[in-house]
Amino acid sequence: METAPQFFRHGPGPLARLFIFAMLSCLLIAEDTHFKYFPQLRQAIGVIIFPLQRMAYAPADIYDQVEKIITSFNLLEENIKLRQLYLERREQLLRLAALEAENTHLRRLLGAIQEIETTTKTKVVLAEIQYTPRDPFNHKITLNKGSYHDIELGQAVIDDKGIIGQITRLYPLSSEVTLLTDKDHAVPIQVVRNGLRSVISGTGKNNELELRYLSVNTDIQQDDLLVTSGIGGVYPPGIPVATVLKIEQDPMGDFALVTSTPIAGVDRNRQVLVLSLAQTESNDSQEMSTIGSGTN
Amino acid sequence: MYVPASNWSIAISLIIGLILNFLPLQGDLLISRPDFVALAITYWNVNHPYKLSMSVAFGMGLMVDVGNAGILGQHALAYCVIFYLTLIFGRRLRLFSLLKQAPQIGFFLLIMQIVIILIALSNGSALPGWRYFLATVTGALLWVPASFLITLLLRPKPDSNAL
Repeated sequence: METAPQFFRHGPGPLARLFIFAMLSCLLIAEDTHFKYFPQLRQAIGVIIFPLQRMAYAPADIYDQVEKIITSFNLLEENIKLRQLYLERREQLLRLAALEAENTHLRRLLGAIQEIETTTKTKVVLAEIQYTPRDPFNHKITLNKGSYHDIELGQAVIDDKGIIGQITRLYPLSSEVTLLTDKDHAVPIQVVRNGLRSVISGTGKNNELELRYLSVNTDIQQDDLLVTSGIGGVYPPGIPVATVLKIEQDPMGDFALVTSTPIAGVDRNRQVLVLSLAQTESNDSQEMSTIGSGTN
Repeated sequence: MYVPASNWSIAISLIIGLILNFLPLQGDLLISRPDFVALAITYWNVNHPYKLSMSVAFGMGLMVDVGNAGILGQHALAYCVIFYLTLIFGRRLRLFSLLKQAPQIGFFLLIMQIVIILIALSNGSALPGWRYFLATVTGALLWVPASFLITLLLRPKPDSNAL
């Protein structure tokens, strides 16, 4: 199929084309960052590229299968260990249930208004990180579970150490998580040591979060553990978020500069948990389970 | 040497480029991963100019943006820029051997990355570290084996009836 080179081309030249497409791109960028009129466009493209992403993920799937076969040899040993761990945790869980009951009792005695739901009942979906973007200024990851797996917008995502981020975009079979470190992301937190409440926000840099608008004389120290306060209803209370790295008290400014590092890491493990505070009972799926005390 | 390039081979190379771009890599491997789609666009523009349309480059950019969870239009603009550059300078590039082409391709990739960074910066992101530009180096290094391989695959099959 030999095609003769065309000498007389019709249509605009390369520079004109570049100009047209640059204008189009600028319009799209403005639309995507400021106006957000057509969220469906992204959804549609997401559906088109989904099979490609799946194919790119295939080597990781094969690796998992091989690893599964290899690890199945020492499964018995691991089973015994896990059973022991389960018993230990079970004991802690029973204590937690007792404490929770006692807490509600005491609260009732005090006549306190229960602003925050004290139940620790949450539905959990296990998901895997499918794709981390290359660009370092892009603090988002893609998970391999989507609206089809009962994942909803705004759900909190955690790993075994603490909060990673929040679901911000939903596709049928995958979802996008905005990480804590994203510059537009904020989490309501509480200092464990003294119960001080504040909001922690991302800075757009890796491994750096900041507490804004804390006055210079605020009682906050280095290595303070910051956990979610549960205010706002997105994140369940009491999950570790960050530790305070350094505090700079600028005598000229009104506020202290508090920098902290997130506890959870996205580059360390592939499995994450998606939490929802909704009390929907549907534990028919294998990967869904209900954790928590379940007392009230 | 002007081997025919069918629309199929172009489409397949772009799809393979997309899949390679979506590989679930982490850490150093991820940061030094070359942009395969940009390399594919460059290959076709240098060796077979006017076979690829700029709208295709734009569409590929949109797909990469959605996969990357980035700003929609960021890679689209960057790919259009590298498309234009390689189309203009492609004829000149073909005068050189593959090894001498590589650094010049690296220069185009660098301009493309700068476009991407400028869009991110205009959106209030922090400046990425120097390691961000490792992809330019790996892309230039990959140019020689990749274009050699594609040219080899495109070579017409010898006719079995011929002598």
